[in-house]
Amino acid sequence: MPTDGVNNGRRRFLVATTSVVGAVGVGFAAVPFIKSWEPSARAQAVGAPVQVYVGALEPNQLLKVQWRGQTIGILRRSEETLALLPENDSHLRDPESLESDQPPFAENEWRALKEKYLVVNMHCTHLGCIPQLMPQVGPQPFDENWHGGFFCPCHKSRFDMAGRVYKGVPAPTNLRIPPYSYIEQETVLIGVNPEGAA
Amino acid sequence: MAKPASALAKRADELFNWFDKRLPVSAFWKATMTGYYAPKNFNFWYYMGSLALLVLVMQIVTGIFLTMNYKPSAAEAFASVEYIMRDVEWGWLIRYMHSTGASFFFILVYLHMFRSLLYGSHKKPRELLWVFGVLIYLTLMAEAFMGYVLPWGQMSYWGAQVIINLFGAIPSIGEPLTEWIRGDYFISDATLNRFFALHVIALPLVLLGLVLMHLVALRENGSNNPDGIEIKANKGEDGHPVDGIPFHPYYTVKDIFGVSMFLLIFAFILFFWPEAGGLFLEHDNFVPANPLVTPEHIKPVWYFTPYYAILKAVPDKLMGVILMGCSVMILFFLPWLDRSPVKSIRYRGMWYKILVFMFAIAFIRLGMLGMAAGTPAETIEMRIWTFVYFAFFILLFFLSPGGKTKPVPDRLTH
Repeated sequence: MPTDGVNNGRRRFLVATTSVVGAVGVGFAAVPFIKSWEPSARAQAVGAPVQVYVGALEPNQLLKVQWRGQTIGILRRSEETLALLPENDSHLRDPESLESDQPPFAENEWRALKEKYLVVNMHCTHLGCIPQLMPQVGPQPFDENWHGGFFCPCHKSRFDMAGRVYKGVPAPTNLRIPPYSYIEQETVLIGVNPEGAA
Repeated sequence: MAKPASALAKRADELFNWFDKRLPVSAFWKATMTGYYAPKNFNFWYYMGSLALLVLVMQIVTGIFLTMNYKPSAAEAFASVEYIMRDVEWGWLIRYMHSTGASFFFILVYLHMFRSLLYGSHKKPRELLWVFGVLIYLTLMAEAFMGYVLPWGQMSYWGAQVIINLFGAIPSIGEPLTEWIRGDYFISDATLNRFFALHVIALPLVLLGLVLMHLVALRENGSNNPDGIEIKANKGEDGHPVDGIPFHPYYTVKDIFGVSMFLLIFAFILFFWPEAGGLFLEHDNFVPANPLVTPEHIKPVWYFTPYYAILKAVPDKLMGVILMGCSVMILFFLPWLDRSPVKSIRYRGMWYKILVFMFAIAFIRLGMLGMAAGTPAETIEMRIWTFVYFAFFILLFFLSPGGKTKPVPDRLTH
């Protein structure tokens, strides 16, 4: 490359500005490709709220419905079940749901809008498996003093009848509570909070 | 030789010369094959590289033919794979070649990497060669993971669920990131479709590019050898290394023998044991994906289980993911962690033999435990072997500069 009469300052300036403008262009051009991986309009439409009638549930019966591809469980709890919940507290990692994911209305002992029905995202907070409902009160192979709850077959995480995680299991937090509200006495709308915010 | 024949030979020569002037065929052949001198003492461990290349070609060819009948949609994927297996002429063979080939790719790559540990092939001046190798290994893991999702069986679906949710452990950006990877609020048609695109186009292109870099870097400094001696340091009067022999014909012939033996074993598995008792193709993957039912026991395919065991050994989700990430990433630093003046295990002391042996046992045991159900005793064992796995790299760093070595000969020993 001939170097006679070269203005090095100008050359460096041109190289730098060309590089910067080029990089900005590449950055903008990358946006559509990165954005194309977001959920599409169709996927968002399919993620609309789900309405469920829960009045026909028996105590300890679990109804599973699909919302945004997630399995949502609706569990009817008896008075006895609710009475046993506070006794679990000392064995739980997060009994007051301080570290867990739930709408503000579920930040209570029973983690629900109405004590009678637990509406819960069934996916284990460890790696997304679906725990099984084991409502029987009594000794179990994994817990001698079992008060009923959920048991995850993947990595043995345990949750109580309010979806609260036990100590010493892989799941870090309580089962998630989805946004939901009651549109009638016994009809739940999953995906919409009581105030109307999704 | 009769006259007409030599006239024909002359024409052929002219034609070749015309080509050679425009595309440096003979120069390339000489530089990489006949004029490339490799150490004369290659043993069994030196088959793995060329065999891995063979399997790569096989995966690409069988993969192309599989895409001709496979449908990358959640509604049709499972059925289209069964269609290939039952109705497409020879479809079962092509599919089993591809699925068995994936497992053999990892067997070869693991042996290939272990060879480096034995003979110090990652050490100066071959650090970049090793780094490209680890990049190939990482790409291969992504490629294999996405390929395993495509049949859309139960283990495809729930395995993907577990792996994608690993990204969810990252604080604050975790949730949006998993949504971005999936393209939906759950693993769905969108996820399958993009994994298909990555599996058949993007990652194979990356893989081929990296393999090219790996080979160029190999030819630059030449292969290491079981004695760990630089043969270029001792050149004869003809300018070639005294302990070297031309790659072609000597090692091409040796590799053809290796290919024959490999294909014998490969064909045996392919025809008589393609599922390998649930190791190569898991039983649960013969059930169509069902987002509502979790299989009793979720585990990745065998080649991921050592890392899965490390993940499971840690009681904290984020820490587990971090430690698992470290267990793979630490491989990049091996050339700089190993500070021994000697390359080959033959001339290192007992300390190195014990370290390598313990590391190999830890890797194999972690692999076995990663498949197991996870009893408390197994969890404790996983923690012990996870500790041994990382201890290998740490001890290597501190022991290698002063570790006992034997005198290294000037010439190869065979």
